[in-house]
Amino acid sequence: MNRWLLLLVAVLFLLSLAVGPAWWPWRLGHEIGWAIVWELRLPRAALGLLIGGVLGLSGAVLQGWLRNPLAEPGVIGVSACAGFAAVCAFYSGLAAAFALALPLAGIAGAAVAVALLMGAVRSGTGTVSLLLMGVAINAIAAALISLVLALSPNPFAYQEISLWLAGSIVDRDLHYLAMAAPFMIIGAAIVLGAGRWLDALSLGEDTARSLGADTRSLGLRLTLGVGLMVGAATSVAGVIGFVGLIAPHLIRARVGFRPGATLVPSMLVGAALVLGADIVVRLLPTASELQLGVFTSLVGAPFLVRAVRKAHAAWLAT
Amino acid sequence: MNKTALTVRGLVSRREHAVVLDGIDLAFESGQVTAIVGPNGAGKTTLLRHLAGLDAPTAGRVELRGQPLASLAPALRASSIAYLPQAASAYWPLRARDLVALGRLPHGADLSRPLRIQDADAVQRALERVDGVGLADRPIDTMSQGERARMMMARALATEASVFLADEPVASLDPAYALETMGILRAEAARGACVIVVLHDLGLAARFADRIVVLANHKVAADGPPGVALAAGVIDSAYGVTFRLLTVDGIPQPVAWER
Repeated sequence: MNRWLLLLVAVLFLLSLAVGPAWWPWRLGHEIGWAIVWELRLPRAALGLLIGGVLGLSGAVLQGWLRNPLAEPGVIGVSACAGFAAVCAFYSGLAAAFALALPLAGIAGAAVAVALLMGAVRSGTGTVSLLLMGVAINAIAAALISLVLALSPNPFAYQEISLWLAGSIVDRDLHYLAMAAPFMIIGAAIVLGAGRWLDALSLGEDTARSLGADTRSLGLRLTLGVGLMVGAATSVAGVIGFVGLIAPHLIRARVGFRPGATLVPSMLVGAALVLGADIVVRLLPTASELQLGVFTSLVGAPFLVRAVRKAHAAWLAT
Repeated sequence: MNKTALTVRGLVSRREHAVVLDGIDLAFESGQVTAIVGPNGAGKTTLLRHLAGLDAPTAGRVELRGQPLASLAPALRASSIAYLPQAASAYWPLRARDLVALGRLPHGADLSRPLRIQDADAVQRALERVDGVGLADRPIDTMSQGERARMMMARALATEASVFLADEPVASLDPAYALETMGILRAEAARGACVIVVLHDLGLAARFADRIVVLANHKVAADGPPGVALAAGVIDSAYGVTFRLLTVDGIPQPVAWER
C-alpha cells in the first residue's frame, strides 16, 4: 500500500509543478519557465507535500494517543492555538525582528494546546468532552486573535490575517520553506518511532504501562513532535483543517486498526490530499483563488459529521 | 519448596488523604494461585495495581525476587509481570491476533513488522490456551463479551511472564466462561507462574485458589488456604454479614446469609 501511496504523492507533486495559470511552465523557455518552476511552483509543491504529510501524521498520532478517531489538529484547536501564537509574533514585530520567531511561536502555541488536551485525557475524557474541549480551545484562540488584531495599529490587519488564517500555500517562497521544513521534518522523526506505544495504548493507559510504556515521556515526546509539526505548518500556511481527520480514517481499516501502522500511510495520504486540493483550487474558476483551508473545510466538515455519526454509541456515551 | 516471586513490605497507599492500604506485608509464591477477596472498597484493586508497579506506594515497597519494583527497568518489569485489568477492553476493533501480539511488546515485538518466530509462537500458544485459535483472524468488535474477555486473557498470557495478575477476570462472565477462565489461571500456575487474582466469588476462590488473602478495612484480615481463610467467623466480620458454610467435596463454599 505504501508503495502505491508514494507513487500517488510523486505524481501529484510533479503535477503541482506543472499545473496553474501557466501550464507546463518549462515550455516557456529557459529563463521564464524555470523562474516559475523554481520560484513559485517548487516552494508551493514542497510546502504542500510537507504540510500535508505532517498534518496527516499529526492526525494519526493524536488519534492513537487520545484513542479517539475524531482527534485532529484543526478540530481540537491545536492549529488555532498555533495560529494565535503566530499572529502574536507577527503583530508584536517579533517576526520582523527575527525570522524564526514565526515558526517558533507557532510551535509553542501548538504545544500548549496539545498539553492541555493531554491533561484533559489523563483525567478520563470521552469523545464528547474531547470535542467540547476542542470547541473551547478554538473559541478562545479565535477570540484572542480578534483581540490582538483590535489592538494592532495596522488598519489592514484584520483582512490580512483572516486571509492568512484561512490557510494557503500561495506565494510562499523558498525562504518560507527553509524556515519551516526543518521543524516539520524533526517533528515527524520524533513521532514516527512511537508506533509501538500507540499500539499499546489501544488497551488503555494502565495496560500500556504494564506492557512497558513510559506514558509520561511518551506524552512529552508526542507533544513536542506534534507541536513542531503543526506549529511550523500553521505558521507558514495558516489553518488547513480536516486533513488530519480524513487521512487516518481512509487507511485505518486497511491496516487492521493498529494505531502504529496508520502513521506512515496517513502521512502519505495527507501529503496527497493537500497536494491534490492545492491543484484543485488552482483550477477552480473562481475570481480570486480559493483559500486552500476553505476548500479542505468544505470537503472535510461533512466528513467529520459522517465520522461522528458512525462513531460507536459507546464512544459517545463515555 | 516454592520460590517467593513477589514480596510486599509495609505497603501503605494513600489517595488524597484517604488511606487505601495500611501496612500490608505479604509474600506470593511461584506455582500457586492466590486469590485476593474482600468487600468493595477494601483496596483489592489498589493492591493489585501496586503489585503491577502501576501505583507508587506512599510507604513500603513491592519487590520482584528481592528487587524493588520501582528500581526495575520498565521493559524488565513488563516482561516479568503480566497485568489483566478489570473489564479489560480495547479502543480500536483490532484483529484478535494483533491484540494478543500486544502481549509481546515487553519482549521487543513491534506490530508494524512481521513478528519474530518466538513472538508468533507465544501468540499461538496463548490463543491455544484460551481455545481461541478459531477466532484469531476476527476483529474483536464482532465477538461476544465472553469471547472478547478470552482474547484479553490471551493477550496477558502471551507475555509468558513469571507473575500473572488478574483483576476480577470472571466478573460479568457466564458460568461456563468463568470456570474456563479459572482453569486457565490454574494452568498458568502449573506452568510455574505466580498467579494473583482478585475475585468477588468466594466459591470460585475456594475451589481454584491454593491460598486466599482476605482484605478488609485496608488491611489483611485473613491469609491462608481456603479452609483457614474462609473459616466461619473470619469472613463474617470482614464482610459485615453472616455466612453459612456449605462443604462440597471437602471444599468450603460460603454463602452470604443475612446482614
